[in-house]
Amino acid sequence: MVAIEALADKFNYWVYIVIMMIGLYAMVSKNNLIKKLIGMSVFQTAIILFYVSIGYKDEATIPILYHDQVHGAHHAEEGDHSDEGAHHDETHAMEAIAKEATHHGNDHAVDADHAEVDEHEADHVIDAHVMHNESDHAFEAGHGGLDIDPNQFENPLVHVLMLTAIVVGVATLGVGLAITQKLYGEFGTIEEHEIIEQLRTGND
Amino acid sequence: MTEQAPILILLFPFLTAIFVALLGAKVPAASWPLTIASLGASICATLTTLIQVLENGTIRYYVGGWAPPFGIELRIDGLNALVAVTVATVAFLGAIYSKDRVESETENKGPQYYALYLLLAAGLLGIVITGDAFNLYVLLEIAALTSYALLAMGNKRATLAAFKYLIMGTIGASFYLLGVGYLYIKTGSLNMVDIQEQLIANGLQDSSTVQVAFIMITVGLWVKMAFFPLHAWLPNSYAFGPTTSSSIMAPLVTKVMIYVMVRMVLTVFGPVYAFEVLDWGNIVVWLAVIAILAGSIGALAQKDLRKMLTFLIIAEVGYMVGGVWLVDETGMTGAIYHIISDAFMTLCVFLFAGIVFAKTGARDIYAVDGLFKKMPITMIGFIVGAFSLIGIPPTAGFFSKWYLIQGGINSGNWEYVIALLISSLVNAVLFFRIIEIAYFGKKPAEGHIHHHGDDHTKISEAPITQLIPLLGTAAIILLIGIFNKDLVAVIQDFLEPFNLVAGIR
Repeated sequence: MVAIEALADKFNYWVYIVIMMIGLYAMVSKNNLIKKLIGMSVFQTAIILFYVSIGYKDEATIPILYHDQVHGAHHAEEGDHSDEGAHHDETHAMEAIAKEATHHGNDHAVDADHAEVDEHEADHVIDAHVMHNESDHAFEAGHGGLDIDPNQFENPLVHVLMLTAIVVGVATLGVGLAITQKLYGEFGTIEEHEIIEQLRTGND
Repeated sequence: MTEQAPILILLFPFLTAIFVALLGAKVPAASWPLTIASLGASICATLTTLIQVLENGTIRYYVGGWAPPFGIELRIDGLNALVAVTVATVAFLGAIYSKDRVESETENKGPQYYALYLLLAAGLLGIVITGDAFNLYVLLEIAALTSYALLAMGNKRATLAAFKYLIMGTIGASFYLLGVGYLYIKTGSLNMVDIQEQLIANGLQDSSTVQVAFIMITVGLWVKMAFFPLHAWLPNSYAFGPTTSSSIMAPLVTKVMIYVMVRMVLTVFGPVYAFEVLDWGNIVVWLAVIAILAGSIGALAQKDLRKMLTFLIIAEVGYMVGGVWLVDETGMTGAIYHIISDAFMTLCVFLFAGIVFAKTGARDIYAVDGLFKKMPITMIGFIVGAFSLIGIPPTAGFFSKWYLIQGGINSGNWEYVIALLISSLVNAVLFFRIIEIAYFGKKPAEGHIHHHGDDHTKISEAPITQLIPLLGTAAIILLIGIFNKDLVAVIQDFLEPFNLVAGIR
């Protein structure tokens, strides 16, 4: 039972290791160059799974703030606090952000430009909490008096990192396929042992 | 302007690469001057940065004005600044050498070659100056992808070697990326200095996650730097790629990876963690000893001149990895010094091998037969590089080896000292054999000479674009050797805060 619990608890991480090893096996032991490249893609995809798993939280939502939501939150703040809608979590966060916006010396409704600026600030604050969340830091009232619970938002940073890693992976695959094509042009085969055989027998 | 110097180091080659790629189709002749100009500008930027670092200490440049740990930071201290100057200079000299050779060796792909060359230089410079662990991964892949393409421009063997390099390089970089991921789980940061601060602040020294991160990053970098058991991709790709490509990659790629290892050990994990908590020092030094001996034996077995030199790179990687893990300030100084001197001496001998190949069309070491009379100036350049690899004063190689051996003695790693001495002897055998063949025109009893029968009477001095980089490199090797005290002072200033002496077992 302990083993099953350990497996279920860290399921993503187990799966990523299994997928990665499948990829590694294909890269190292397959003879066909295209199969090697497929193995490489599998290998890189496993890493993407790993990173995305880092950012995952139960019951969390995406950390995107819309302009009208910020306005809505601001109005909600001025009105009553009994908003029990489906998006209560976001509204809660927006409220805090709206407070921050007014805190910056603007007592009027938050105009579009300010919302823009404060979105960035809010992102940072969320990041800061998300970051410390993993290292056993108890959640405290945020920087600048903000009160956002990081557990309600997924960590966006790892997704951004993986967008970059996907681009890198595609580029690597492209170069790999180009080299394979050149090899096929030169040797007429994409089986590695046949290429090595030709190099051994031929006097290039 | 000077406060923008750190980013300019990177931007000159990067933007020129795009420009060269676009302009190349219309005006191929403009590629080379543009390459030279942008790398020259990059050298100026690195020198400006070095002077600023020496005057004011560490430079922290926030890319786009976003402050770390959220934004990407270029963080330049004594170590980076020196390595950046080295990388820019080697790339510049290699680019000068490329002029005459590119067209014939890459099937008239000049502009594409220069665009990739500049991207490789930009990637390597970026790896050196960045202060962000994930940014380093992206730049690592920029440098790696361009390397694969540059090598695949060579002959049939080079294409296959480039494919193997691509597979191995991807495994290495992916392991590095995984390691960074594990670090991120624990510290929540990607900024190198911030990671270190979080590790200490949260008392993560005993965490097994951090240990996994350390192992992943170290193994990934070992693959990329061709540390002995993981070296299989290196010899064929550097030996059979175009001589122009291997004359930038052989000196720089492995050395920059060693720089990254030093950076990871000192700045990211911290010497206390890397050397005391894990206490791998002895094992890694033994691995380095094996790498040095295996590289030397491999070099002895080769008849192909460039392939012999590639095995020497593997031995040199062993020197530096060992030097880092001696856990001794002198040893670490030697390892960092050796990054710089080895970059130049490897460049020197690879340029020579390229010139010999260009002149004689032969790959084996008997191609140098009688070259002393035919190209004396080229041989003088080569002898400086060879003496430096053997370790004869006053060349740079002597002083860096001196510090490495001193470090080995201080920390009591006698096996490392003995391996270094054996390797130096092997280098002496290898290079004096070449010098002897070149001077006395000694030919083998039979065979081997069929590639260059009658035509090698016509061989004369190498053209000026090949002589300038060779002699320039030779002069730099001598200068680094003569001004060793100043260089060591800069390195020791950098090492001082890490307090390596106190932590020795």
